[in-house]
Amino acid sequence: MDKIIILIIALLLIGFIMWWFFSKRKTDAIEAKIKNNTQEVEIVVSGGYTPNIVVLQKDIPAKIIFNRKDTSNCFNEVVFPDFGIKEQLPINEAFPIEIDTKNAGEYQYSCGMNMFHGKIIIK
Amino acid sequence: MSTKNRFIFSLILSLSMLIEMITKPLFNIGLPWHPWSMFVLTSGIMAVSAWPFIKSAWAAFLNHHANMDTLIAIGTGVAYIYSIYAAFNHQPVFFEVAALVITFILLGQVLEEAAKGKASGAIEKLLELQSKDAEVLKKDIWVKIPLSEVSINDLIRVRPGQKVAVDGVITEGDSALDESMLTGESMPVLKKVGDSVIGSTINKNGTFIFKATKIGEDTLLSQIIKLVKHAQTSRAPIQKLADKISNVFVPTVLIISIITFVVWYVFLNASLITALLYAIAVIIIACPCALGLATPTALMVGVGRGAKMGILIKSGEVLEAANDITAVVFDKTGTVTIGKPVVTDIIGDEKQVLEVAASLENVSEHPLSLAILDYAKKLSIEIKSISDFTATQGEGVSAILNNQKAFVGNSKMLNNIRLDENLTKEMQRLQDEAKTVVIVGLNNQAIGLIAIQDAPKETSFKAIEKLKSKGLRTIMITGDNQRVAEAIAKRVGIDEVIAEVSPKDKSEHVKSLQQQYKVAFVGDGINDAPALATSNLGIAMGSGTDIAIESGDIVLVKNNLEDVVTALSLSQKTFNRIKLNLFFAFIYNTLGIPIAAGVFISFGIILNPELAGLAMALSSVSVVTSSLLLNKSKLD
Repeated sequence: MDKIIILIIALLLIGFIMWWFFSKRKTDAIEAKIKNNTQEVEIVVSGGYTPNIVVLQKDIPAKIIFNRKDTSNCFNEVVFPDFGIKEQLPINEAFPIEIDTKNAGEYQYSCGMNMFHGKIIIK
Repeated sequence: MSTKNRFIFSLILSLSMLIEMITKPLFNIGLPWHPWSMFVLTSGIMAVSAWPFIKSAWAAFLNHHANMDTLIAIGTGVAYIYSIYAAFNHQPVFFEVAALVITFILLGQVLEEAAKGKASGAIEKLLELQSKDAEVLKKDIWVKIPLSEVSINDLIRVRPGQKVAVDGVITEGDSALDESMLTGESMPVLKKVGDSVIGSTINKNGTFIFKATKIGEDTLLSQIIKLVKHAQTSRAPIQKLADKISNVFVPTVLIISIITFVVWYVFLNASLITALLYAIAVIIIACPCALGLATPTALMVGVGRGAKMGILIKSGEVLEAANDITAVVFDKTGTVTIGKPVVTDIIGDEKQVLEVAASLENVSEHPLSLAILDYAKKLSIEIKSISDFTATQGEGVSAILNNQKAFVGNSKMLNNIRLDENLTKEMQRLQDEAKTVVIVGLNNQAIGLIAIQDAPKETSFKAIEKLKSKGLRTIMITGDNQRVAEAIAKRVGIDEVIAEVSPKDKSEHVKSLQQQYKVAFVGDGINDAPALATSNLGIAMGSGTDIAIESGDIVLVKNNLEDVVTALSLSQKTFNRIKLNLFFAFIYNTLGIPIAAGVFISFGIILNPELAGLAMALSSVSVVTSSLLLNKSKLD
């Protein structure tokens, strides 16, 4: 009897994992605030990058301020392959990274081991 | 707390449990107050050393993400919580699994961090090359100012042993400069007035003054650093598969682990503890660290090693392109050859022939005159004064030297003078070698010949030979006429010549070659930009400061054709190392998971969670070590 209960629990657990991790989720894009001809946006690093998608205006100098709360090794570095940026993120400290907004497009960034991803869109 | 301290803490606490694992079965000596002593020790480890894993796993979970921290937290958490339940119910516990897995994984991370530090050293080394200050002339006084305050057109003095601060041109003095840090060239290079100097190179003996032409981000060193950084952060296309897998990897492993538990417990009637241990082993062995490290570490080491040799590889994609090149196409002038005409042969009395020629050409501005004057200077030939100088377009020059009529020019200058048999024969031979021959005459007699040619670089022959031995087709493309091109090609051993091609048609020829080959194009980066872009792999050669960084996939700082061979070899080695790393990481996970799940138990192969933790730690360390070994691998 208890084996049947365990089997049911296991199946429910698998179902939950698939729903929680694999189902498509809508992520909202956040637009950077423009002030004195520069745009800034803060990204909190904790189990991922929040907000995950950031929209920047083309041709306005942009700063992305990373605020790393997660101490995991996974978030030691942030890498923007298209911009040649690889920086060590300090823990519990605002860390600004300047982004070249000359070219419009979608640019992925990730952690040093390419496990966590975020995106910036330059319009 | 740093990873290292977390490791030391968990090592100290888990040491007694490690000892017990040996003494218990052998001498039946266990920890006192078992299992509550184990509970206390493991709780300490979970609270201090494992806490960051748990916190990060939870944060990731809330974002619908799962990473290696998720696996570590769930694997050790299940072992820990089950053991507490078991302790209360007087059943066997396995606290030590949680404690030792945490210890081993932290050991792996400590080793990995140390090795990664070594792998990423190239940029730091380049930055250290930068000079801190410069001695600048300000209102007739030499003052030392910080590097950041140097501006363009400043005059900067460099004494022996000092570093050149920025890029510039020598205006006074001469010296030998050690440029090895940027070009990899081990011999010091002699520089005189008018020559360009590169920031961060070291002045060996003389004092000189130079005018700053490039500062800040425009200097060669800054450009190189930027390029290397870009390349090291780029992704190789081969990694895409790994990226795709890593997104679904962790949740999939969790599902496999649940299935493992159910199969053992429900269908195979194993005990609850056995089934749990298999499930935990699956979670622990599957940490995808090695997968994540495989590409970036190899790229970092390979690109960094290239930068030290003056070979700048622009991205991970370039490595993949370099791997399937089947033909190398060279531009002739400046690439295979030196790029300016030089005297190659002198027939007749060398001293006399040169003296006459140099004295006459001293006032001429013909490109061939420069070659003759350079050569005369090298041999310290005295230049005499002349009178009645006349230059005849398309023929040559004549003048009075030592009261004798002298001339230098082609056969049209001969008029009634006849060349003797020997000179006629020599002239024919030199012309067959596609050299330009000028006749030197004195007192109505031809006294000798000077052969001039844009000669191949000394390194060209060896480089072509090495490329051919790798099975690559070598092709030269040039605007020169067929005869000259073929003569040069023959001397350096190039397989095929495409001559009389205008610069803008070069890329068309590259395109048609691409129907048959995967083409690497080697050119100077300025005139050849379209061909470099068209080819599968553009290799831009520069000399010192004038490198055209934009145009090539690989940029060679030195003007040496052998670097083409080294660059291809390094790219291939790095790419193969990435493949090897990825292969190893995949094999490790695809084989490790079924072993941990107990699939091979009938062969007696099992993996308990502690061993899984150790194997997992070693897998990432071994991938980083494999990347570091790229620094040692032999290059052609």
